[in-house]
Amino acid sequence: MPDYNFLVVEDSPTMRQLISFALKRIPGSRIVEANDGIDALKKLSAQKFDVILTDINMPIMDGLKLVSMVRNDPAHKTIPIIIITTEGAEEDRKRGLALGANAYIAKPIQTADLLTVVNEILGNKS
Amino acid sequence: MDKEASSISKKVEEFLQVFKKGEEFTQELLKENEKLRYKVAQLEELTKFSGRDGDVKLHTLEERIKILEDENKSLLGRFRQVEEENKDFANRYVEVESENNNLANLYVASYQLHSTLDFNESLKIILEIVMNLIGAEEFSITMLDEKTNELSIVAQEGMGPEARASIKLGEGIIGKAAKSGEAYYREGDPTNLKGVDYTHPLVCIPLKIKEHVIGVIAIYKLLVQKQAFSNVDYELFSMLAGHAATAIFSSKLYSQSERKLTTIQSFLDLLKEK
Repeated sequence: MPDYNFLVVEDSPTMRQLISFALKRIPGSRIVEANDGIDALKKLSAQKFDVILTDINMPIMDGLKLVSMVRNDPAHKTIPIIIITTEGAEEDRKRGLALGANAYIAKPIQTADLLTVVNEILGNKS
Repeated sequence: MDKEASSISKKVEEFLQVFKKGEEFTQELLKENEKLRYKVAQLEELTKFSGRDGDVKLHTLEERIKILEDENKSLLGRFRQVEEENKDFANRYVEVESENNNLANLYVASYQLHSTLDFNESLKIILEIVMNLIGAEEFSITMLDEKTNELSIVAQEGMGPEARASIKLGEGIIGKAAKSGEAYYREGDPTNLKGVDYTHPLVCIPLKIKEHVIGVIAIYKLLVQKQAFSNVDYELFSMLAGHAATAIFSSKLYSQSERKLTTIQSFLDLLKEK
């Protein structure tokens, strides 16, 4: 069973816990949490991640800026990114995907939906 | 005369020989006839026997077909039964998954609510739960001042300046919900709204410690992607009514006691110095 490293970027402890809770259901998952974009970049430079899950509205550095920076960084540009946000309008979704996010999930999240998207990205059948 | 008698005698002799040959031929024919009759009888017997055997075989095959048909029916029945069970399991799996999701939401919400004794942090966590887990865009938390009997907004999200900062107990939907302690849910589609009316919230959740109301959570507008309230939302409302109230109340008491402790400590330090 392969190990998967997830980086959860959220300023809300409630959402961080809820997302981590869901990801723990994937066998071999290891979760690292970050409070904002800057914190996420620090953690990205310290270890490799298989998927980044990020909110948009965060202090210091928001999720869209993080997506853009990751996509322009040769060391990390191929890491799949899932945006999880309260911004559920179609134009927000398009903007997030245009910046290079692989998937866009609007809050409130359903664990099953989140796991389906993550497994699709990881290429898992489950 | 003798010649004539000898000729007749010869002819008689010849006739007798022909007659004898005829007799022998007839005997042979009779024998052959007997043989043929025997063969016919044998064949008839054989045909009779073959017919009976065919009937037995046919009967056996018919019975076998019947058994196989019964088995086939039984297998089809079992297959349908397994298919139904499979469907039931699939439905149950979806239900369990949904229940799992609900429990995870409730667990995380209650865990976070009781993770702090800081009043402002408690309010922030309630805002996070209402926004992220329920999917509200505009909402407020009001607290009841028992001296003035007024509800004042202590935290809000997305609300415009036209929202009233305080409401009298018993006044309007929010005031009535606070007075009665009963949750209020506006009827109809929560997404089918022309605009936000701060006097007509979608939901009012009185925050109660036992039967004592300390405040109200009022939701005025849902996120654009939130189509309707689900079962877990009502579970969360019910959980918030009790847990958010105790979290706010205990953090408020803790803050007050911390302040008092600091004041007393300062007095004690002053007394020691003197």
